[in-house]
Amino acid sequence: MIAYLARRIGISLIVLVGVSLLVYGMLHVVFPSPARAVLGLRATQTAVSAWNKQNGYDDPLLVQYMHWVNQVLHGNLGWSYANNQSVLSLFQERAARSVYLSGMALLFSLIIAFPLGIFQAVKRHSVGDNVLTSLAFVTYSMPVFLLGLILIQVFALSAHIFGFEGSQSTSIWVVMGDWHDMTLPIVTLTAISVAAYSRYMRSSSMDVLAQDYIKVVRAKGLPERLVLMRHLVRNASLPMVTLIGLSLPLLMAGNLVTEYVFNYPGLGLLFFDSLGKADYPTMLAYTLILAVLVILGNLIADIALGVADPRIRMA
Amino acid sequence: MAHAKSSLKPLDIQRAPEGGEIGPVQSGWRLAFREFRSSKLAVIGVCMLLFFILFCFVGPLIYHTNQLSTNLMVTNESPSGAHLLGTDGNGFDELGRIMKGGQAALEIGFFAAVVAIVLGSLIGATAGLCGGLVDATLMRLTDVFLSVPFLFVVLIMAVRFGATVLSLSLLIGLFSWQVPARLVRGEVLTLRERDFILAARTAGAGNWRLILRHLLPNALGVVIVNMTFQVADAIIAVSYVGFLGFGLHFPNVDWGDQLSDGVLYLEDGYWWLIFPVGACIVLTVMALNFLGDALRDSLDVRLRRRLRGLIGGKAHIRSENGKTLVRGTRPHGPRP
Repeated sequence: MIAYLARRIGISLIVLVGVSLLVYGMLHVVFPSPARAVLGLRATQTAVSAWNKQNGYDDPLLVQYMHWVNQVLHGNLGWSYANNQSVLSLFQERAARSVYLSGMALLFSLIIAFPLGIFQAVKRHSVGDNVLTSLAFVTYSMPVFLLGLILIQVFALSAHIFGFEGSQSTSIWVVMGDWHDMTLPIVTLTAISVAAYSRYMRSSSMDVLAQDYIKVVRAKGLPERLVLMRHLVRNASLPMVTLIGLSLPLLMAGNLVTEYVFNYPGLGLLFFDSLGKADYPTMLAYTLILAVLVILGNLIADIALGVADPRIRMA
Repeated sequence: MAHAKSSLKPLDIQRAPEGGEIGPVQSGWRLAFREFRSSKLAVIGVCMLLFFILFCFVGPLIYHTNQLSTNLMVTNESPSGAHLLGTDGNGFDELGRIMKGGQAALEIGFFAAVVAIVLGSLIGATAGLCGGLVDATLMRLTDVFLSVPFLFVVLIMAVRFGATVLSLSLLIGLFSWQVPARLVRGEVLTLRERDFILAARTAGAGNWRLILRHLLPNALGVVIVNMTFQVADAIIAVSYVGFLGFGLHFPNVDWGDQLSDGVLYLEDGYWWLIFPVGACIVLTVMALNFLGDALRDSLDVRLRRRLRGLIGGKAHIRSENGKTLVRGTRPHGPRP
């Protein structure tokens, strides 16, 4: 287990360094120096070069990169010139709201997808399975925003059950209590993940159902309920752990679009606003954070898998 | 997806010839094609895709519309004889506009997939063939690109460098080669240990001949399957970029862009500005997903034969249980 852990963490660290290089490289390409943002568009070229020299923006690339890494490691993610505010404080204002939206969506999609996948695997090729399969096909092929628009049209404009806009409150506690405005965003984000997760759970359960040990416990006369609860779920869930780690980028992209559609002021909407303002420091800081989250998510998933499945850590 | 049971009779090649006679051994590709043709999903997928290609590229030749100059006299008209799907907020004919947007979507989808596949195959084949340090380096590079959220990077670059059909195709392709790279590497790793590679080597084949004549044709199936999924993903990605307002510039238009224009009139009930174009995105992507799934299933047949050949007729392949043999092709996992 220790060797497995060390190997996984080592790889993650290497990938982390690679990601930081990639993100810094992009930052360097799209936003090499904030001189123009600081000095104004009418600053002379001499003034710009002087400012660059003064602030270390004409150092060798490697030095600049090390400086940037040092700053990031000390919690300085950069300065948003468009908002005249540090990127970190911008994120702190909004992070809780995005975490709430994505977290709820992830939670609900897992709660729904697991039983759904098992049901479809047990009753495969039945009417119920076929209907659910078609539904998953459609949702899976649907861009998040289209689903959001359809839900808004049906539940907010035609029938006035929910609000058409996410909660605008600055307090996360108010947001959490505001089911009227938060239901549609959460449902939108959930539905997209459910389609992918339940498909995967279905095929993973079908694999397990075909195993000999399932035949054995059935032959022993164990009630079907216990076969499923004790033997199927635990084994079929193993590949899902990896999938959840891998699907984090999907969740974040969905989060961006959902927040835009429902005008919900979280990190996704912040990213969108930054796009319009060409606020590159904010955009790249957010990309970096997401990449780190993805690496962490995959690492945690792998460790969880190692804990749950001895076969993995032996290999 | 819907795992169609193989409609073929069990393959005869490894069965003991009862009458002392054995049927002609069919090529794997022919078997795959037969399986593909008999799959309902495949036929539906191909038909839908052909329809959209004709609709977008041949449609404008039949249904002439003016997509260059606005006409503010006829804004937001509901569907009628003159405008089959009504007009949008600038007086453009909506049906003609969907065709134009579809051209961009299909073009970007196709080119982005080609870029991703070529790049991925190259990196994957190099990693698989060279092994050792080269392999480790390239695979960590793949991990790095897998960790960076694709949509965000594409958006940043589209904002910085402008969005055209070419730039979007390159951008999307440049950030989605990871999965094909992993697939091709896996294929090459198994293939390079096989006897026919050794035989080719012994006969004096060089590395390039090995790759072009022996490795790539055998890895082609996996690549083709992945390519259809790549096209689908790229079309969705482009629609995101367009919907957020950073897509193609006038006079070009893409489906996401059109949809976000239609959203302005959501409360006015101008359904023709939203739902037809939305349906086009969903149906095109669905057609490609159907096609990919059917291709994967028919490839299974080819692979099943290959494995049987290896193990000598006793191969215990649980295809009837839905176990996918070609693992990793894309088990309905994450999208960008």
